[in-house]
Amino acid sequence: MAYLDAASTEPLHPAARDALLTAIDAGWADPARLYGTARRAQMLLERARAEVAELLGARPDEVSFTTSGTQAVHLGVLGTLAGRRRAGTRLVASAVEHSSVLHAGEVHERAGGEVELVGVSRTGRVDAGRFAEAVARPGTALACLQTANHEVGTLQPVEEAALACREAGVPLLVDAAQSAGRVPLPGAWSVLTASAHKWGGPAGVGVLAVRKGVRWRSPLPEDERERRRVPGFENVPAIVAAAAALRARAEEAEAEGRRLSALVERIRAEVPRLVPDVEVVGDPDLRLPHLVTFSCLYVEGEALLTELDKAGFAVSSGSSCTASTLRPSHVLEAMGVLTHGNVRVSLPRGVPEDDVDRFLAVLPDIVRRIRSSLGVH
Amino acid sequence: MWRRRTGGGARRSPEAAREAEPAAPARPAEPPALTIDALGRKCPIPIIMLAERINQVATGGVVAVLADDPAAFTDVPAWCRLKSHEHVGSYELPQGGWSIHVRRNY
Repeated sequence: MAYLDAASTEPLHPAARDALLTAIDAGWADPARLYGTARRAQMLLERARAEVAELLGARPDEVSFTTSGTQAVHLGVLGTLAGRRRAGTRLVASAVEHSSVLHAGEVHERAGGEVELVGVSRTGRVDAGRFAEAVARPGTALACLQTANHEVGTLQPVEEAALACREAGVPLLVDAAQSAGRVPLPGAWSVLTASAHKWGGPAGVGVLAVRKGVRWRSPLPEDERERRRVPGFENVPAIVAAAAALRARAEEAEAEGRRLSALVERIRAEVPRLVPDVEVVGDPDLRLPHLVTFSCLYVEGEALLTELDKAGFAVSSGSSCTASTLRPSHVLEAMGVLTHGNVRVSLPRGVPEDDVDRFLAVLPDIVRRIRSSLGVH
Repeated sequence: MWRRRTGGGARRSPEAAREAEPAAPARPAEPPALTIDALGRKCPIPIIMLAERINQVATGGVVAVLADDPAAFTDVPAWCRLKSHEHVGSYELPQGGWSIHVRRNY
């Protein structure tokens, strides 16, 4: 099978696999205890923390490990809002943030807070000027912006947003889930979140980094672990493996990013040439190296995924018929682009060029067959 | 769901359209020459029905697509943009869904 869904999860990096197997034997004990095996687990955990901190541009004491990227966002958003309660109750975010940000916003609203979503252009990029205006309005407690969109790959103007936040004295939470380990991260964040399985680490490890001096209060019951930021016993072997994967990715990122970006460029150019009535969405230049999304008119997204799966291709879709909610993707909706017949192709590290060739070879006939079954010729 | 939404060139979501500020005037200025009933049909069917039948009105005429699949609210205007027809406006129906008006440009 050709795996073209790295944005959902990246296959485990070989370096992570090796580190995981070693750490399962060496790092199983409780890192909070004081005997030899526990100290060894603690040493592994702190070494991984230092490594992840360095690679993400943080200090080790700013970094906590969570159980997922989603949990990192939930704690990052709700914890910073709680810490800033006296400054205000407004949360500003782009309309195309990951659902974890939007769902944390709903909790905030139910608790009496206010949420302002800033719209995006047709390419999915938030307007930095409008974002700055929203942040500057009185009572803003927190602003959230992703480094890059998870569905269409468009990069967001994080540096400009950070500047506006600094001027307004508002902390900025940067969701780096799609960028960490792939492209350089901006440094001007107050809170940073990421997810290890997106960069080739194991599932079950997220990163929550809170800059020194940023007010943060846990929205959850008190717990001693992870600088009192994340409750529960750390998964030390998985964290060690996550750090090993991030280290390996950092070394490969530039060369592999260039290779994947050229393959994405080919898909962006070829799909509209090979398939009639297709819209490639997202920014053609300001984009992640590995991700491309397009929508085919008159085609059901679910039928397209099923046929591609039969042909041996794993891809995903933001179309409503493929979502449990039966709602179209809020990202495509906010961009005002076609929501049906949507396909997201995201290339994992090391993907053979041949997989892309074969994908481009089978796609036109699959689309033609589905259209013809709906009476479209 | 969301109290405020600002900015952006993109159209509003159905939730935003149901908020206080309407996305378009509440009533169409021009009666449609053809009405396509796609209520209860899931995307892409409403778009396929529109593409099949738009040539039944004269150039410059308006087609109304009645649809209640939330995807249609975004997809009909997106289809107009891709096919160089004009999205005149989307008007809420009392029973839910929208009457989405499209002008045939060619």
